[in-house]
Amino acid sequence: MDRNEFRDLYHDLRRGRITRRHFMAVTGLGVASAVVAACAPAASSPTPGPTAEPTPPPSEGATPAPTIDVNADWTPPEGVDLGDTLIMTTWPNYHDQKTLDRFKELTGVTVQLNIKGSNEEMLAELLVGGTGWDVLVPTNYTFETYGSKGIVEKLDLTKIPRFDASRYDQRLLSPAFYPAGSKDQYGFNKDWGTTGFTINTKQISTLLTTWKEFFERTQADLSGKVMIHDYQLTSIGSALVALGYSFNSVDDAELAKAEELLVAVKPHLFAITSDYQPAMRSGDAWMTMTWTNDAVQLHRDIPEIEYVIAADGGEIWSDFFAVVTGAPHREAAYAFLDFMATPKVAAQDAIFHGAPLIDSAAIALLPAEATGNKITYPDPASLTKLEFGTAELLTSQARADLWARVKSA
Amino acid sequence: MTSGNESAGARGRSRAVTALLLAPTSAWYLLLLIVPLIILLVFSLGARAPEGGYAPALQLDNYLELPTRATAFFNTLWMAAGGTMLCLLVGYPLAYYLATRAGTKRTLLLVLVVVPFWTSFLIRTYAWMTILGNQGIPAIAEGLGFGHMALINTPLAVMIGIVYNYLPLMVFPLYVSLERLDKRLLEASKDLGAGRLATFRQVTLPLSAAGLLSGAMLVFIPIMGEYVIPALLGGGKVFFVGNALVDLFLQSRNWPFGSAAAIVLILVILFAVTLYLRLGSRAGIQREVSIL
Repeated sequence: MDRNEFRDLYHDLRRGRITRRHFMAVTGLGVASAVVAACAPAASSPTPGPTAEPTPPPSEGATPAPTIDVNADWTPPEGVDLGDTLIMTTWPNYHDQKTLDRFKELTGVTVQLNIKGSNEEMLAELLVGGTGWDVLVPTNYTFETYGSKGIVEKLDLTKIPRFDASRYDQRLLSPAFYPAGSKDQYGFNKDWGTTGFTINTKQISTLLTTWKEFFERTQADLSGKVMIHDYQLTSIGSALVALGYSFNSVDDAELAKAEELLVAVKPHLFAITSDYQPAMRSGDAWMTMTWTNDAVQLHRDIPEIEYVIAADGGEIWSDFFAVVTGAPHREAAYAFLDFMATPKVAAQDAIFHGAPLIDSAAIALLPAEATGNKITYPDPASLTKLEFGTAELLTSQARADLWARVKSA
Repeated sequence: MTSGNESAGARGRSRAVTALLLAPTSAWYLLLLIVPLIILLVFSLGARAPEGGYAPALQLDNYLELPTRATAFFNTLWMAAGGTMLCLLVGYPLAYYLATRAGTKRTLLLVLVVVPFWTSFLIRTYAWMTILGNQGIPAIAEGLGFGHMALINTPLAVMIGIVYNYLPLMVFPLYVSLERLDKRLLEASKDLGAGRLATFRQVTLPLSAAGLLSGAMLVFIPIMGEYVIPALLGGGKVFFVGNALVDLFLQSRNWPFGSAAAIVLILVILFAVTLYLRLGSRAGIQREVSIL
C-alpha cells in the first residue's frame, strides 16, 4: 500500500466510512500499535533510525487497539484565546494539509503557509522586522544568528507540555540552544534529512554517485535537464564538495573555484529553483538537487525517480520549529508547536512529508513501511561524509555575494 | 482700489484652494517617490552591514561593483527593446483592424482584448509555465514530428510571456490614435495618386505616431522593471535587473549594492525614454504624447 492509499484510508476511518477493524487489517497498523505499546513510555534512541522489529499484533478483543488518533492525545490549552490565524514560514512540500486541517478543527485556527526557498530569504525579511510571521521552520545553522539577534524567542516550554527533550537525539537537538551549550532553548526538531540528488532513471540509465559526476554530466549529456537549488548553502556547498573541498568552506580560493564551476554549469541547467518537484514530475527535468522529503514524495508517486546521497559528501540538516519574536499570534504559535510535539501528530505528518523524525516516540508510531523507507532512513554509512552547515554561512558576505553573482551571470 | 484689493483676496483664496487640492498628491509624491529616492541614493553610497542590510558609509564601491551585473542590464535592455518591437509588430495590425475594419464586432473584439486582465497576471504567467513546459507545446510539436524543442526557461519563453502580457498596453493607445484618424485624408491620398503602401507610410503611420509612442512607452518602461515573467518563465536563468535586485535585497542582503543597481536602472530608463522622445520629435510628432 502506498502512503496516499494509507492517508485516504485513515481519512475514511476518521470520517467513520470504514470500521476501525478494517482499517487496522488493511494498513497493518496493528503492528505499529503493538510497537507503540512495547515502547511506551518511549525511550530515547541515540540516533534516529528504524525502530525495533515489529512484534505480532495483539489479538483484538473487546477493546480495540489504539491507532494514530490525534484527538486522544492533544487538546488545545484551556482558557487561552488562540485567535483564528497562524502564519508559518516554511519550505515547499513540507506539511500535510490534513495536519493543518486537523489543527483548525481542534482550535479554529487557520494555518497560513508562507513558502521560502532558503534560510537567507527568511533572514532577509526577519532582519527588516514587522513580518507578521508566527512560526518559523529554520535550519540548524541559523540559531546562532537568530538567537543573538533575538529574532526567534527563547521557548516558554511550559506552553509546550507535549515536548519532552528526553525523546530527542541530543546531538540533533543541540543547535537549538543559544548560546551553544547553554540551557536556553529556541526551537525543537521537526525532522532531519540530507541534501542529495534525485534522478529519473527512465531517462538516465547510468546512475551517478557523486557531486563531481553531477556537475560534470550536467555540462555534458544531461545539459538542459538538471536543476540546482536557489540557495547559496546547498548549491555552493555541493559545488565545493564536487571540487573536493568542504561543504562549509569560506576560503577565498576555494570559493573562487566553486564560482567558476557554477558559472560554467549555469547555461546547462534547466532551472535554478528550490521548488523543483513540478519540473521533475512533468519530465521537464531529469535530475535535481533534492532534500530528503522531496525525494520521498517524488519516489512515492514516480518510482523511477531515485534518490542518491552523494558518495563524495554534501549536507546533512535538521529543521526546527521556532516562534518568531513579537509573533502577532503567539498563543496560537505555541499551541501549534505543542500540537506538532505530540508524537501521533508528528508521525501522521511524517507519513506525508517523508523526512525522518527525531522524536523517538513519534518514530515508534510510524508504520513499518515508513521506517523501512531507505530514502527516509538511509544506511548510516552513507551519512558519514555529510556535514552540517555552520553558523557563519548564514551571514557570510563572501557566499551571499558569490551566489548573487552566479545568478546574474 | 477696493475692487483691486478684493480681486487680490480672491486670487489668494483660489491659490489656497489649489494648494489644498494638490496637497494630498504632493504629500503622496513626496513620501512615496522623493523620500524613497533620497533613501536609495544614501544607501547606494553605504556599506553592507555584517549580517546584511545597510551600514552608514560614504563610498562609490557599490557603483564600481556594477559591471558584475552587466549581463542582467544587457538582458533587460535587449528584451525590453525587443519585446516593445514585437508588441508593436503584433499590435499594430490588430489595432488597425479594430479601428477601421471591425465594424459591428468592434466592441466585442475590444472586450476580448481586455478579457485576459480579468485573471491575475500571476496566474496567467503560471499558465504559460504549463503551456511552454515539456507536456505542452513541445509535446505537441514532437507528436507532429518536429523533433524535440526546449521552450520553458529560455529567453524565448520570457519573450513570449512579455509579448502576451504587454500586448494590450500597446494595442489600446494605437487603437485610439487610429480610430481618430480622418478617413478623408486617406481618400485624398488615394485621389492624389499614392499607392496603399505610400498612403500608409506618409499618412497613416505619421498620424498614429503619437499612439505608437505612448504604447511603446507603456510597454517599454514596465518591461525594464520586470521581475515575475523572467522568474517564472526563465527558471532563474534568464535574469533581469529586477531579479538581481530581488536577490540583492531578499537573499544576499546587500542593500547598498542593490540601491546602486536600482539607481542605475532608473538612470538607464530615463535615458532610454529621453532618447525615445527625441526620436519622436525628430520624426515630427508635434502632438502631445498622452502619457507624458
